[in-house]
Amino acid sequence: MALLSVQSISVSIGQLNPLEGVTFDIDKREILGLVGESGSGKSLTAMCVMGLLPRIGGTITNGSIIFDGRELIGLPEIELRRLRGKRIALISQNPMTSLDPIIPIGAQIDQVSTLHLGLSPEAAKARSLDLIAQLRIPEPAAIHRAYPHQLSGGMKQRIVIAMALAADPDLIVADEPTTALDVTIQAQIIQIMVELVRDRSLALMLITHDMGVVAQACDRVVVLYAGRVAEMNTVGEVFANPKHPYTRELIRCIPRLGQEPGSLKGIPGAVPSIVDYPDGCRFNPRCSEAQEICRGQVPALERKSSGIAACHFSEV
Amino acid sequence: MISFFLKRLLLLIPVFLAVSMVIFMIVHLVPGDPIDNLVQINSSPEQKAALAAKYGLDKPLYHQYAIWLGNALTGDLGNAIILRRPVADLIAQNLPHSLSLGALALLFSTIVGIASGALAAIYKDSWIDRTTMTLILLGSTVPSFWLGLLLIMLFAVQLGWFPVSGARSWDALILPVLTIGLGGVALVARVTRVAMMETARKDFVMMLHAKGVPPWQIELRHVLRHALLPVVTILSLRIGWILGGAVTVEFVFARPGLGSLLITSLNQRDYPVVQGALLMLAIAVMLGTLLGDIIQAAMDPRVRERIK
Amino acid sequence: MAAFDPIKTAIRSPRGGVSAAVLLLVMACALFAPLIAPYAYDIQNLPGSNADPSVAHWMGTDEFGRDLMSRIIYGARTSLTVAVTAISISVVAGLTLGAMAAYFGGWFDRAVTAVVDLTWSFPEILIALILIAIIGPGVGSVMVAISIAYLAQFTRLTRAQIMALKNETYVEATTNLGAGHFHIIFRHLLPNALTPVIVAGMLATGDAIILEATLGFFGLGAQPPTPSWGAMMSSGTAQIFIAPWIIIFPGLAIAITVISINLFGDALIESLDIHNHLRSV
Repeated sequence: MALLSVQSISVSIGQLNPLEGVTFDIDKREILGLVGESGSGKSLTAMCVMGLLPRIGGTITNGSIIFDGRELIGLPEIELRRLRGKRIALISQNPMTSLDPIIPIGAQIDQVSTLHLGLSPEAAKARSLDLIAQLRIPEPAAIHRAYPHQLSGGMKQRIVIAMALAADPDLIVADEPTTALDVTIQAQIIQIMVELVRDRSLALMLITHDMGVVAQACDRVVVLYAGRVAEMNTVGEVFANPKHPYTRELIRCIPRLGQEPGSLKGIPGAVPSIVDYPDGCRFNPRCSEAQEICRGQVPALERKSSGIAACHFSEV
Repeated sequence: MISFFLKRLLLLIPVFLAVSMVIFMIVHLVPGDPIDNLVQINSSPEQKAALAAKYGLDKPLYHQYAIWLGNALTGDLGNAIILRRPVADLIAQNLPHSLSLGALALLFSTIVGIASGALAAIYKDSWIDRTTMTLILLGSTVPSFWLGLLLIMLFAVQLGWFPVSGARSWDALILPVLTIGLGGVALVARVTRVAMMETARKDFVMMLHAKGVPPWQIELRHVLRHALLPVVTILSLRIGWILGGAVTVEFVFARPGLGSLLITSLNQRDYPVVQGALLMLAIAVMLGTLLGDIIQAAMDPRVRERIK
Repeated sequence: MAAFDPIKTAIRSPRGGVSAAVLLLVMACALFAPLIAPYAYDIQNLPGSNADPSVAHWMGTDEFGRDLMSRIIYGARTSLTVAVTAISISVVAGLTLGAMAAYFGGWFDRAVTAVVDLTWSFPEILIALILIAIIGPGVGSVMVAISIAYLAQFTRLTRAQIMALKNETYVEATTNLGAGHFHIIFRHLLPNALTPVIVAGMLATGDAIILEATLGFFGLGAQPPTPSWGAMMSSGTAQIFIAPWIIIFPGLAIAITVISINLFGDALIESLDIHNHLRSV
């Protein structure tokens, strides 16, 4: 059984329905990539898994989220809080703003292990120092005393990772963990996370808009488009044999070495606005293969030869 | 920290010089011969001449200022015209009353203001929030002297719980502190409430939730701590407002203090006393600002960094 | 006219509407005091002094037997005239100083900023008292004192507004087209910075009414027999045991006026959506 199984969840925020029937699962020791353009609902999915949706005024209207055999939807907040940080940890998008600027870095890591593992302040500190060292940050003791503004972005993201690891979680949700960082640092951070999954038999849900990151790090990938799953498959299959036209466009957009200058083009059109989603398949206005049925009927998310996809015309 | 303190103190010197210059100029800007503003009306020409010599009134203005400032810094603020006593004595006598009133009012405003502002932010849109908001509106619009008079009517005249005026016993402090306090509470509560609501929207607060930190801990240990930064800034900027409130309230409650000393001598045109009292109030305002800066640096590592 | 739309929106909100109505009433009292007041403000009637509120004297009489309500209606005249005039002067001076400081920069800006920062940390009441110490008590002095006491606030606000606008492309474009300094300041920069400053001025008028009353209460404002809300309460303190209404009603007049100004100002800020511009104040 999968460690985390998200089945057909739909979300509403006020009058809007930003997620519809999102489905995927993650196993232990697996890295699942969640890709899509901004506005596709990636971060919202992360919020659902973390049980933080009510904090931004959203509710899950349908579906189920089963973590380690336990239904998370409807779980009282106090129970969710015991999972958060302890068994499911978050690595956020912007390390610059996700640390409390007026509290020393060490204390922010210690907080997790004192809270969830009941460690004494001294033991928590020792554990944090150990984690900082494991993440290859020089001078752990000095870093432990430092304040966030004294560190670079890449260092801060490592601290956020240390914070996520502090209570030895089973699942880490990383929401675009490298978007705010320099390209060279991005690769390092991704590398660190890949090693963590291998060494600690973690499960990692890696949200990104970068197909390059997916190719580099992930085992399987879920492609989201406008709040729905377009396709889910192993990384090898997705790149070799994409089932959904949107996935094909995404792959086509990856720049390659030796490509003729000027030949790189984006996907024509724009992501539809949430207040005005098209009928039928939401990708149809931008799809070169769209037919009448695509404009009238929502394609079901179906099992294909490998993986699942939601397209009327993908080969079986 | 000590170098920071000294640096701030040094920065206050030009401010002090500018303010003291304005205060010094009062006797020269008032119509008439400065000497007449400094002595009793029936003084003999000899007395006038002696005083004119003491203040160097025949010398250029900057020289006179230097003499005056030198005297003031060594504790000689001249003699009161009406009360016929050294101004320094009058100030020494009145200062403790103003200090205790100001300090208590500041303490009251800070504690009650932060508590009510924080509760209003945590229970946003509840009756607590609405009550606080109404109090904030009243506190920032009702003239403090009127509030003082109303409190006197209710608690001193009608109920007889507290003395009407004066400063003979400790309970005479309660109504004045409440009077200044309402305005201070309104200010502090408003800033706390807005700052907490703004902080609550920050990324790191969401991260704290993601870490599984209990909400009350997030509100008190993180959000409130952040909200206190602007509160300290405002308080250090507006510490003078609380002292200003003390001026008014002392007069209303006929309490001894720098404020009533200032108003009385203004009405009597007793300029040496006016100068002395204004100088003390200005120093108090500057020291308050300095105190605020120090508290802020102690609370925020980023401020400490900027100073280095 | 488009310029009046935010005002209309503000009036349509329940708070804005009620406060606007109250303000209109107060202004009517100030303008038409002789028509509205049931008695003259200075007619004494010593046998009828300190009388309770009654049908003949709705708010009672003061220690000289003068009708309190009439004096409060005339008092609106003093309070509003002083506050509005003082703040208008202060706003105009602040706009000019702030715009010039921001536009020209350099030593002029530094000098203005230094003086503004200096006065900023001192309470308005203290600044006003220093000024009155110099120019002596009276209505005119109070007006001057108030307008100088609030000058720092408007200069600071204008300067911040212009600094934000100065680097926008259209100003650069106008400069490149060869427009003169004063043309740029008065035709392009000031009109854009005007709204927040005027709203701040309106809110400050409320504070100025309180300041005027406080100075009047200290006996430094309007001299008898001119009715002023602050001075009325000051003379009422002697009668606090026998005629508390002499204090209650003028204070109520101030409180209601100032609360209305604040509520209407808030409604206006909301309809103009300029919260952020006013944050520095």
